[in-house]
Amino acid sequence: MTPQDLHQVEPGTGVLFTNTSMLDDAINLARKNSIHYLLFGLACCGIELMQTGGPRADLDRFAAIFRASPRQADLMIVAGTLTYKMAVRTKLLYDQMAEPKYVLSMGSCANCGGLFQASYSVCKGVDKIIPVDVYVPGCPPRPEALTEGLLRIQDIMMCERWKTKMRPGRVDPKAPMMISSKVSRVGSAPASPAPDHRGKAWEPSQGSHEDKT
Amino acid sequence: MAIDMQLDRHILRRTDSSDEEIVVNFGPQHPSTHGVINFVTQTNGEVIRRSVPDIGYLHRGLEKIGEMVPYPGYMPFTDRIDYLAAMFANEGYALAIERLLGVEAPPRAKYIRAIAGELCRISNHFISVGTMATDIGAATPLTHALRERETVNDLLEELCGARLTFNYHRIGGVAFDLPEGWATKVLRFLDHLDSYIQEWDRLITFNNIFVRRLANVGIITREKAIDYGLAGPNLRGSGVNWDIRRDMPYGAYPDFEFNIPVGTGRFGTLGDCWDRYFVRVREMVESSKIVRQALAKLPEGEIQAKVARKLKPEAGEAVGRVESARGEMLYYAVSDGSEKAYRLRVRTGSFMAMGIIEELSPGIMVADLIAIIASLDVVAPEVDR
Amino acid sequence: MTPEDLCTRLKAQFGDAVGALSETKGDRFVVVKVEKIADVCRFLKTTTGLEFDYCQDITAVDWPARKVIEVVYHVYSLVHRHGLVLKAETDREKPTIATVESVWKAATWLEREIYDLFGVNFEGHSDLRRILLPDDWVGYPLRKDYQEAGGWHGISNERPDPLVQLSKVTDEKRKAVAAAAAAAAPVAVVAPAPAVAPVAPAPTAPAVAPVAPAGPAGDERKG
Repeated sequence: MTPQDLHQVEPGTGVLFTNTSMLDDAINLARKNSIHYLLFGLACCGIELMQTGGPRADLDRFAAIFRASPRQADLMIVAGTLTYKMAVRTKLLYDQMAEPKYVLSMGSCANCGGLFQASYSVCKGVDKIIPVDVYVPGCPPRPEALTEGLLRIQDIMMCERWKTKMRPGRVDPKAPMMISSKVSRVGSAPASPAPDHRGKAWEPSQGSHEDKT
Repeated sequence: MAIDMQLDRHILRRTDSSDEEIVVNFGPQHPSTHGVINFVTQTNGEVIRRSVPDIGYLHRGLEKIGEMVPYPGYMPFTDRIDYLAAMFANEGYALAIERLLGVEAPPRAKYIRAIAGELCRISNHFISVGTMATDIGAATPLTHALRERETVNDLLEELCGARLTFNYHRIGGVAFDLPEGWATKVLRFLDHLDSYIQEWDRLITFNNIFVRRLANVGIITREKAIDYGLAGPNLRGSGVNWDIRRDMPYGAYPDFEFNIPVGTGRFGTLGDCWDRYFVRVREMVESSKIVRQALAKLPEGEIQAKVARKLKPEAGEAVGRVESARGEMLYYAVSDGSEKAYRLRVRTGSFMAMGIIEELSPGIMVADLIAIIASLDVVAPEVDR
Repeated sequence: MTPEDLCTRLKAQFGDAVGALSETKGDRFVVVKVEKIADVCRFLKTTTGLEFDYCQDITAVDWPARKVIEVVYHVYSLVHRHGLVLKAETDREKPTIATVESVWKAATWLEREIYDLFGVNFEGHSDLRRILLPDDWVGYPLRKDYQEAGGWHGISNERPDPLVQLSKVTDEKRKAVAAAAAAAAPVAVVAPAPAVAPVAPAPTAPAVAPVAPAGPAGDERKG
């Protein structure tokens, strides 16, 4: 193939990516073993997030290190209650993260508003704002539960195929999202259609990455 | 974003702005702000002209929820007001409602409350001094502090089932009695703690760099501390010898002998960041003393007074005060005779501490601002409720 | 000094503006006229023998039945170790009261919070704006007649009960199974009635309702 042909090759096709599936595994292995999570501890779950990063339930043994800046993070652990005032900034932070990015919703408040259902200023769930990959229930979840959630994120990462990887930002509405059905969620999540993030001003989006078979 | 611009314009309206200065949002997502607090800072890069705290990012309407939930059912919500020292938050609420009802917890319950509270104070102060060290730049002390805190978490989990949000106190007493062998474990931990504090002091407290970062930074004079309504270690770090446990005694505290550490200006001026930090480290030692005395003198008896299932206090109002890890926590409950509170107000030490930051901010450097915030030991849920 | 002595001292200075010590159950308080509250506070702080230097709390209570919003001051003297509770009743239609910021600096933020949550206007306050809620929030939440707006800037306030949704998914699956069974053996099979009924009250239709797709995808999600 001439260099021009190479440039015109559709990403995700061609010899290198279709016929060499080990490359997928290699890339995903590298990605899952170097998760940089954004320190987004909002409330009580933030303390358990700190404890999970602490000596006993060490997140560093999965080579997951915390980053303070969303530009350097690929996993956003939303740990704590999301209020409306914070929701604006959460969306901003999510947009600032570079692809591929994942969201782990930690704790009842981030999953669904938690015990603050009667509150006037609490956003009932972070998935009203950003799409969530893994929900970890608990109030607050034990460090072991959060570690399990991180392992699920790693499973999601391992099961993504470069050819048909559908992440927001990659403009390919026809290709289905291939997240393996083996991936189980820690806790159940209400299903919803995948949101369209492309090129719109801030608006509340909702939903999680769903398997569409 | 339109919402942020309002605040920026407000800042710029109040101060002269020059072309060399920028207005930067320090937060709300920031590892050093101890929660989701935003400091709108006008700075020329290093020296701050003014820094205005912008709070409310964790405002969950806990006071309004107090009006919607029956009295006994509100206890889990008090955990979330201050999750690092949740035992005190529980206790303050229980004290306020007990005063409304006119009941008193039995002696054993008071002692257990003191034990649980002081263990919680140790746990909270570990996080406080550990994160303070991290904010200054030393990463190791935080891992030490988290390790020690894990032991306390285990002890409290054995006591009440939860690591962080305990929901342990009840109106009239406590929920569960001490488990078998728990007292021995606590004493073993306290033995370790007493020798560990010396190691901690060698590690960070008297470390030259740490002292020089904190001494003479964020000086709050005695009068200013009282005027701004500071409480707890913030107030004592400025030399005011005031502690609710001794001066407005409640619970079992009259039975214990303990000192109240007060700042002395040892390495700088009285009321600087190092004083507030040191008061916290010494308070851990005093808490250990209190727990030992409480375990030695623990009386037998019930752990909960007889209260009705559906609490309907007579119309009136009452105040419950505790010396929380972060200062005086005041619960003001107004009852109108129904089974839900008419008004529940929580006044926390961190809220008052935020009010003084704008006053301290002109002319300091950004790193000093971080040191001040860390030394005031604010947590976002106490500020925002 | 006991509360009675303090009350007597205040009455001696201010006369009718200061009410009697309350007799209700619990803590006792003194009701002060709204116009005089700043003077009373200043007097409490500056007079020797009283020296109320520590403002513990300023809060408000909404009494729609009495048509007032009470502003409650818990003040304390660290010097003399005595405390007092003052109350000032503001008119609920237009709640206005003088600020005590010049007496205790702690009042700055405490009064801002009352403005934010109750709507009480503090005259003379240096920086009266919302503190806890977003700047463009409408309404004063801690008032008794506050109606939630149902969300903010498009984020809805509703969260459908997941049990209701799960039971819907289960119902549809059961119907599908029953229909398949009925189609396969139309003679002998009695389609089982779906036994699951939504337990929770049906939620009002939220602005952004997640839709639960039925079908094979449902199995895998639970797997």
